[in-house]
Amino acid sequence: MIDKTCVIEDIRPHFTHGQTVMVGGFGVPGTPFTLIDALLASGASNLTLIKNEANEDHMGLSKLIEARRVQKIITSHLGLNATVIGMMNRGEVEVEFYPQGILAEKIRAGGAGLFGFLTDIGIDTILRENKAVVTIAGREVIVEPALRADVALIHAAAGDRCGNLIYERSARNFNPVMATAAGRVIAEVERVVEVGSLEPDQIHTPGAFVDHVVEIRQLTAEYGILAHHVL
Amino acid sequence: MSYKTKIAARAAREVRPGQVINLGIGIPTRIPEYLAADMPVWVHSENGILGMGLRCRRGAEDRNLIDAGGSYVTLVPGASFFDSALSFALVRGGRLDVAFLGALEISCTGDLANWIIPGKYAPGIGGGMELAQKARRVIVTTTHTTREGAPKILPQCTLPLTAKSCVDTIITEMAVIDVTPDGLRLREIAAETDVTQVQARTGAPLIVPEGELPVF
Repeated sequence: MIDKTCVIEDIRPHFTHGQTVMVGGFGVPGTPFTLIDALLASGASNLTLIKNEANEDHMGLSKLIEARRVQKIITSHLGLNATVIGMMNRGEVEVEFYPQGILAEKIRAGGAGLFGFLTDIGIDTILRENKAVVTIAGREVIVEPALRADVALIHAAAGDRCGNLIYERSARNFNPVMATAAGRVIAEVERVVEVGSLEPDQIHTPGAFVDHVVEIRQLTAEYGILAHHVL
Repeated sequence: MSYKTKIAARAAREVRPGQVINLGIGIPTRIPEYLAADMPVWVHSENGILGMGLRCRRGAEDRNLIDAGGSYVTLVPGASFFDSALSFALVRGGRLDVAFLGALEISCTGDLANWIIPGKYAPGIGGGMELAQKARRVIVTTTHTTREGAPKILPQCTLPLTAKSCVDTIITEMAVIDVTPDGLRLREIAAETDVTQVQARTGAPLIVPEGELPVF
């Protein structure tokens, strides 16, 4: 029987200096806070991170950036993180922005073994600067290269020992696409379940994409409700 | 009624039954409060929700159910979840009927600038560029002028564009304006103002139809 489960201590050796790391999540939902803490504790630096946003100040991805472990972030929006915006403006971290769906599609293409895709998004804007543009069906379109990473850090609600994953509600977001697009895919799960107990029709990420499954020992405060977003 | 409330309430009247709509951060997120409770509409959220309901009442929050701005939300019957790639397939593929967006500047030909003020404000692109370029209809909800009183509606945008010729309608606290092939056409006017004042605070010429303008 395949068993991909391991403990968080087993994960640390997979983190090295200069790696490109993809991190799931959109805000708190789907952000693998436990794996981010393990990456921080590994001491790995000079990282390139790929994530929709950098979480909010002093949380999740922001902790890695604030600890100066990050050379570059490839992202969509940093609007809820004044600390990282400040670091970007002072040149302390390099930031590469993409439209949100283009970022997702670059990752999807990378995961699907493609080199890139063509899009007209941003064709009339400064986004086309320094990009390859081709004409197809009489229209100018941008050549958008695919994105892959050395490691992907994923958060799922449940996973079995084979690596099959199920996400919950708006915590799905970038996790399924990132789980296809890295050399090593590490999933933290809120509960490990026995093989066969997940309904095959309900599995979001098939186990073939996942290398390691780590059960979260405790859902820390970071995973909880953010008071400043409550009505 | 605050100007933001007025804009959101007027914008809600543009929604038609059966539409799929997306609400940008800021004024647009308040639009559902002004939709009839029985209005059949699907609110799309970039982070992977179709069928978002009102904001969640205090104490009932689900840590895994937020909108793109981080607010805790609810669902309507028939709601669904999906990943970020599919979320934008819906937008770029033409299944989004209306996007309500904010603006820094709008040109008289419907160009929109709302994502960057070089050297001052550059939080990133987010989903706005795809929404502006690909929604079937783009409605801008914004204050008529900047905080300093300068017009936001201009002959040409001075800031880097979000998308070219994408805006269909502009709703402000002063007026409802349609972007037409002939130029900006005044459709409705706020009760507190008049055509002279609206034109004075608009940086491009307005086409004013003959006869009484509807008031909101």
